[in-house]
Formats: sequence, C-alpha cells, structure tokens
Amino acid sequence: MDLATLLPFIVNVIVGGLVLGFVYAIIALGYTMVYGVLQLINFAHSEVFITGAVVGFEVFRVLQNSELNGYLKLLLALVAAMIVSGLLNVLIERLAYRPLRNAPRLVPLITAIGVSLILQDVLRVIEGLQGRFDLTYTLPAGFSDKFCAAEGSSCAPLGNFLRTIGVDVQLKDVILVVVALVSLTALNYVVNRTRLGKAIRAVAQDRVTAGLMGIDSNLMISATFLIGGALGGISGVLFGMKFGTVNAYSGFDPGIIAFTAAVLGGIGSIPGAVLGGLLLGVIQNLIGVMNIFGNLMGSANLGTIDASYQRIGAFLVLVLILIFKPTGLLGKSNVEKV
Amino acid sequence: MKKTALSLSVLAALALGTASAQTTIKIASISPLSGGQSNLGTQIRNGAQLAVNEYAPQFKKLGFDLKLIPYDDQADPATGTAAARKIAADNQILAVVGTLNSGVAIPASAALAPSNLAMVSPANTANQVTDRGLANMNRIVARDDSQGPAGANFIAGNLKAKKAYVLNDKTAYGEGLAGEVEKALKAKGVSIVGSEGTEEKSDFSSIIAKIKLTRPDAIYFGGIYNQIGVFIKQLRGAGITTPVVGGDGLDSSELPVIVGKAGANNIYFTTVAAPLEALPAAKVFAANFQKSFNLAPQGFGAFGYDAAKVTLQGILDAARANNNKAPSRKQVQDAIRKGTFKGLLSGEVSFNSVGDRKAATLYVMNVKNGEFVLETSLPVKPPKN
Repeated sequence: MDLATLLPFIVNVIVGGLVLGFVYAIIALGYTMVYGVLQLINFAHSEVFITGAVVGFEVFRVLQNSELNGYLKLLLALVAAMIVSGLLNVLIERLAYRPLRNAPRLVPLITAIGVSLILQDVLRVIEGLQGRFDLTYTLPAGFSDKFCAAEGSSCAPLGNFLRTIGVDVQLKDVILVVVALVSLTALNYVVNRTRLGKAIRAVAQDRVTAGLMGIDSNLMISATFLIGGALGGISGVLFGMKFGTVNAYSGFDPGIIAFTAAVLGGIGSIPGAVLGGLLLGVIQNLIGVMNIFGNLMGSANLGTIDASYQRIGAFLVLVLILIFKPTGLLGKSNVEKV
Repeated sequence: MKKTALSLSVLAALALGTASAQTTIKIASISPLSGGQSNLGTQIRNGAQLAVNEYAPQFKKLGFDLKLIPYDDQADPATGTAAARKIAADNQILAVVGTLNSGVAIPASAALAPSNLAMVSPANTANQVTDRGLANMNRIVARDDSQGPAGANFIAGNLKAKKAYVLNDKTAYGEGLAGEVEKALKAKGVSIVGSEGTEEKSDFSSIIAKIKLTRPDAIYFGGIYNQIGVFIKQLRGAGITTPVVGGDGLDSSELPVIVGKAGANNIYFTTVAAPLEALPAAKVFAANFQKSFNLAPQGFGAFGYDAAKVTLQGILDAARANNNKAPSRKQVQDAIRKGTFKGLLSGEVSFNSVGDRKAATLYVMNVKNGEFVLETSLPVKPPKN
C-alpha cells in the first residue's frame, strides 16, 4: 500500500476520532460540572445521557412521517432531550444526593451507582412495554448521506475542501460537530459571562462563604445539575445519531469513557473535559487501526494490536496521566487548606 | 381389636394419600431473559414451556406433576453458572434445557456435571461444549466445526469472494466460529485481509475504516445479532455494500430492526435453528406458540421446544425403566444420551458418545429488505460417532 492511499486513511481515522471525541466531550462535561461544584462523581450521568438518547429516538420516531424540515426535527429532538435529561438530573440530585450531602464521600458515590442501575431498568421497562429493546434512529432524509456525494458533483465549499484532503464524512457527522461546538460555546458563555455562572463558580469555590454572600447554594447546585443534564440530553441525541442504535444499557460504555476523558483533561475543568474527549476519541481510533500499520511494516507485535485493544489503550493513557500528572492535563491541583 | 382396626384405617389412609399426591418433576431452562440477547433467550424459554404443556398430561398419568422452571442467565457465564448451582440444589429438577451462549453452557454444564444433571442445548455450537466429553452435556444443533466450513464454503463458492475480512466478538462462540471460518477460507485459497476481535457494542469506526482500506469481497462476523446489527448499520451508513456473513447468532427477527430496513440487505447467515418454513411439522407449533405467548415464533423457539421434548422423553424413558417411579438424575442422564427421540420438529434426534447430534442440518439464510429467505440447506455430521 502506498502513501497516496494511506494518507487519506490516516486523515479519516483522525477525523472520525475527532467526531467521536465531540460526543465524549459533551458527555464528559456532565461529569466535570457536577464534580466541579460538589466533588461528586455522578455515575448516574451515563443513564441521564442515554435517557436523552431515548427521548431523541422517540421524537424522531413520532415525527418520522411528518413533513417537517429535517433540521427542525433535530432541533425538537435536542430540545426535548435537554428538557427531560436536565429535569431528570435535577430530580436525581434532589432525591438521591442532597439528603446525603454531608455524608462521607463514598456514600453518594454508591447511591449514584444505584440510581444508574434503577434508571437503566426504568428505561428498559418503558420501551419494553411498547415491545422495543434496540432503538433504531430513523434520521431525516439526507442526514446519512455523504457530505459531498459523487465525484464531480457540485458541492458546498466545505465539502470541496473535505474532498481535497480525502476526508469522507456523512452530513450527520458535520451536524454533530456543529451542535457540539454551539453547545460548548453556550456553556462557556453561561459559566464565564453571566451572573448565574458567577454564582455557580462561587458555590464551586466555597459553598459556605458563597452562602454568606447571599447566594442560594442549593439553587445553584440544582442549576448545575440542570445544565449538566441538558448537556447529557444533547450528547444522547448526538450519540444516537452517530451510532444509529441505542438501548437502555448502551450508556455504560460511553459513560465510562467520557468519565475517563473528564479525568484525563482534569476533572472539574471545562476545557479539560473537551480536550480529554477529543484526545480519547482520536487515541481510540488510532489504536483500533494499529494492526494495519503492523501488517505494512511487517511487525508482528504491532499487527496484533487491533480494535479489541482500543478501550484498553484509552485507559492506559489515563493511567499514565494519573501517574505523571495526577491533576489531569488542564486540571489545577486542589490544595487542602488546614 | 378396635385399636388395630383404627391403625389399619390410618395406614390405609396414609397409603391412599401417597397414591393420590403427585410427585413433582421439574425441568429447568437457562437462557437470557433480560439484556441484549433476551429476544433469543425468551424464544428458548417459551419453546420449552410449550413442550412442558404438551407433555404434562402424559406425566400426570404416571402420577407426576410436571413444571418448567426458567432461569435467566443474562447471556453472562457467571450468572448462568450461579443459576446452574441453584438448579443442582433443587432435587426435583431432573434435566435442563439451555443455554443460548456457548460461553455460558461450558461453565454451567460443568457445574451441573457432579450431580449428573443432564443438559440438552438448543443452541450451543462451540466445539468445546461437547469436546470435553461430559456425560451430561448434549446438543441438538450442529457444531462450529461444521458451521464454520459451511460459512466458508458459502463465501468462497456462492459469493465467489477472493478477499475476506473476518471479525469476532471475543466470546467462546464468536471466536470459535470465526476461527473455523478463517481456517476453511485459507484452505480454499481466499486471502484474509483482516482478522480481529472486538467487544465494542456501538463504535465500529476504526474497523470500518480498515474495511474501506482493504476492500474485501466479503465480511464474516462471528457473534450475536445485537452487536453485528449495529456494525452492519454503520457499515451500510458508510456506503459499504459488501456482503456480511455470520453464524446462527444473527438468527433473530431483531436483526433487521437494528440494521434498519434500508440497510438490511446482502446479509447471510448459517443457522442451526431452521427457519420455521423448512420444518415440516412446524405449522401447528407456530400456531400454538403465537396463541400461547402472543409472539411470533423463531428458529430458536422451535429448538427450545425440541430440546425440551428430548429431555421430557428422556425422563419418561427413564421412569418406565424404573417401574414408573420418578427416576434419578443419573438415570435420566443415561436415558438421554442413549435414547432415540422421535416426533421432533427438526427430525429424529440421537446423540453420539460425547453428546453431539448424530445427523444435523445447517441452513443458509439470506436477509433481503429485512425479510429472511432460505438460501440453501446442507446435512452435517459430527467428527465422532
């Protein structure tokens, strides 16, 4: 195989990894925001996110035969998923975490895992009652098309550019990245530029002092869960769009990876979560195709590293980071005050 | 005198009591009733339940109350083995129907072996399942070393592929099957451009990138429908129409649902569970199944039914040999291994010395626009007699 065929392949693998990375990044934000405010790993986030995916599926299913514009359908799916997942997350915090806020740290962690298991089966029952288990996204026409269809056909400037560098993406991948970027920008604006964001940051820094300054910390924590859940809802719809099929139990794997991404980037740090997600997406995809290079270079060792190692590879990176930079890539060390 | 009369009448009452009280005989089923493979597992349980309903009157005549106790293994070896231990502890259970997954059957049958509890599998195809030579483990379906070559023959012969990409799901079932296919493909001069395993359930992008690069004429995936369906959906989404061939793990009506009707084309699978239209006696069964469970029967439902019938006829044979008294587990185990069972949907069943069915049939199915169409069928024999 020569360089001319291999180069577009590598570019494609990296671009594919970045698209995947955006999904992880937005899920990771859900973990990182809650951690930033409460120092709690919300293990139920993987189910909050898959609830978003299920809501998205239902919206696409109901609107399947309607004449609505495809983008409008997507917008409706995103908004519905944001609302349901956001409110669900607030509810989880109110019922499962708030009563335990002063308990030892391990206690809410265990509750989180319990909530996660309960939600899985609730989702399973809800869809199961209608005789469904695997939910297949029926995307609006055109979403699954190649971004720039046939060779020589007219194409948007972006499509032409992608074709020149040999990248092969579907329209839904481009939509996914755009939605992710818009959500990230909006989140950044809310956290850094609004009074609400300022209050949330104050609570994150010191809950008691923020309370003394007249900030209702419970309200701010609820707001954080609402925003984190809404992001989870968005990522759920994006996940369903990207992979086509979800079920009540699909949340676990991407949840763990996104959590890893949050730790890799530095848990509690918003840009860190994004960086971690993108890195993990690319690393996973590169490890997954390692055996092709092994075959080319005649290296038997490299040839055995195939897609079954892509998860382990990602976690290996995490372990290395934790050994050499325990705060994560962009995390700040948390100095314990005595 | 009065005293003896009283004690006699008490004795008589006691004797009558034991005569009229039914001895309970149970068979158990182990299959995934929850989780991603529950669609197939429920079929097996329902099939076994139909057989039990059908045989209950015969057992009643001999004074036995017949019951099916279904266990859920969630397609997980540890859960399945735990279920097997519970079954071994219940002395009324005389035989087991199960499992769906070879990876579950192997440890579960080992856990049942010390108590001589016979197991008849409606689905397990991994060679290892019977190669261990356990006295209790039997199966009514063909083995991977016949299913593998059949898949390879189909790829090389019918699809005329020169290059193939082989994938597996890293379970005892998928890895075993893909290994057999790869061996047979190489023997036929088909070059293997890629061979790997993956436990991934949603993201197949790196594998699809490699398939795009290596351009195989056919893809073989040893695994189960819930994983392969997602893979095919993404493969077709990426614009690759290469035929995908698999084993009986694809034999589920959920497959076209996951793939989506538009992409559910050019998919082939070898299966040990016959399509119902290929089974002559299946019409009545299908109607009963639909009526009892309000669910369309599939191949594994029919095989769950057949496997349960083998265990029930085995218990009846053992009971007859035991003067119509409840047989021991050991007696049932021997009766099943040595017996010949008739009147099954899939024809006559008898087992060889290690528990493989002496003559089995393999079917190749084609998925066209989401519908399963019988492509061809072939008879197969186990390596031992």
